[in-house]
Amino acid sequence: MTDRPAYGFDTLQIHAGARPDPATGARQTPIHQTTAYVFRDADHAAALFNLQEVGFIYSRLTNPTVAVLQERIATLEGGVGAVCCSSGHAAQIMALFPLMSPGKNIVASTRLYGGTLTQFSQTIKRFGWSATFVDLDDEAAIKAAIDENTQAIFCESIANPGGYVTDIPALAKIADGAGIPLIVDNTAATPFLCRPIEMGATLVVHSTTKYLTGSGTVTGGAVVDSGRFDWSASDKFPSLSQPEPAYHGMKFHETFGELAFTFHGIAIGLRDLGMTMNPQGAHYTLVGMETLSLRMERHVENAIKVADWLENDPRVDYVTYAGLKSSPYADRAKKLYPRGCGALFTFAVKGGYDACIKLVDSLEIFSHVANLGDARSLILHPASTTHRQLSVEQQEAAGAAPNVVRLSIGIESVEDIIADLDQALSKAAS
Amino acid sequence: MTDRPPLALLRKILTETKTIACIGVSPNPIRPSHYVARYLHVRGYRVIPVNPGQVGNELFGEPFRGTIADLAGEPVDMIDIFRRPEAVPEIVDDALAHLMPSLKTVWMQIGVRHAEAAAEAEAQGLQVVQNLCPKIEHQRLFGELRKAGFNTGIISSKL
Repeated sequence: MTDRPAYGFDTLQIHAGARPDPATGARQTPIHQTTAYVFRDADHAAALFNLQEVGFIYSRLTNPTVAVLQERIATLEGGVGAVCCSSGHAAQIMALFPLMSPGKNIVASTRLYGGTLTQFSQTIKRFGWSATFVDLDDEAAIKAAIDENTQAIFCESIANPGGYVTDIPALAKIADGAGIPLIVDNTAATPFLCRPIEMGATLVVHSTTKYLTGSGTVTGGAVVDSGRFDWSASDKFPSLSQPEPAYHGMKFHETFGELAFTFHGIAIGLRDLGMTMNPQGAHYTLVGMETLSLRMERHVENAIKVADWLENDPRVDYVTYAGLKSSPYADRAKKLYPRGCGALFTFAVKGGYDACIKLVDSLEIFSHVANLGDARSLILHPASTTHRQLSVEQQEAAGAAPNVVRLSIGIESVEDIIADLDQALSKAAS
Repeated sequence: MTDRPPLALLRKILTETKTIACIGVSPNPIRPSHYVARYLHVRGYRVIPVNPGQVGNELFGEPFRGTIADLAGEPVDMIDIFRRPEAVPEIVDDALAHLMPSLKTVWMQIGVRHAEAAAEAEAQGLQVVQNLCPKIEHQRLFGELRKAGFNTGIISSKL
């Protein structure tokens, strides 16, 4: 919005979407713990169900607490609107659902969260969708993978399990050339470190479970729309450009313009898939987001120190962190991720799979969990957990080989984080 | 994709406007133009429909007019154009001929732009908005879009 850039990120992360409660003056956003909302009269109800007015009908679709979070995430990402849902995985399905139909495919990065690789390589096949995985540094391979049934390109900004940062502007150019949207999972970067829409992305998805919430309390997801994609430019996206039978033949893009994708997400996606975020969950994430920039600065500061220390330790084979000068992505990181490359990275332990298991079991501050983006430092051995459904080749392509552990560096005192790794590496080597 | 003027100008237009002539509005309830006209009517604007094919019918209690000339004498302070861009110059000419001095704003809907016609209207002191929807902007400015998670751009600590 033209009037908005006057506000800084730190102001928006606290204020965007939220105003004092008009009924009570409550300053913190109330948790609207209700399933349904009273209609003014029959005409009002009809207008809401016809999408002629925007309002509250039923909390599967919209909820005042969740709406504040949606607007806050949309604002920080620079999008026109956002739909929150029950998890990051739900957000991915919610993002793809309006674009896909049986026989259609997406072109996706090989460097993705293991659960996403499984969702895309296995589960979406049951919808008749498919994914082609390519190395995003191979432009020719990306272009070759795009065919007439390709509906989107999907990547992560800072890729899980770490060490890779995506050249979003280059990818956006390829997507534009093919007339398809670019979807960026911005979970590991957050809008504080990366703003994919400014770099040309069409849609941004989040697992709000991670840094946005910040303390590992609730799962959630979000889909943010840039509002910039012309869904009616071709006949590729009939859910948005063609008459919708469930709404008397109304066309979403023609009717709602740049807001079409978000309206569709509520009126079709949440209505019929039902992967709704609950207002308690939205509350935790709203409170967490108020300190997002402060936490991300500390996460990044700690991650750089820990990665540096590990890289110089003889018990460690190599560290893959794009924030290190030695990273093959150091130049890209400096240019596209100037505030830092997040706090998620991997390192390879001399001694392989068994040493990794011992290391994980010996840590006292790091928690062995399948999560990232907590205030606490976390460790995971992908090959024996999140990536265990994959072949060794797929594990290696995803940066999750058997000798690799993934760290999500927290905001504790960095000396304590390093001391914990030091003692555990010694035990792993013994 | 939009040619977005400052929110303050949109707020001024949507606050000061009382009577809107909807040029090319459809009586079909699933057409976007009907959505918009209905919304503006519900929000308290007087909406006068203009569509030569619908003369003799009514929309929200107001008879359809056939031409802009038929609006002469009505206190129209905004025209909202639901026609293809090539139709805009004639509409603006007609509006300047028949609706002055009450006319203050020429608004062109999403997908409708015409630089020359816009310049002509602005030269006559009119406010011009192109490629936007007054329903969506009203919903953005006065709280409705907030209910569904849209980025309204509004930051306020006031009740």
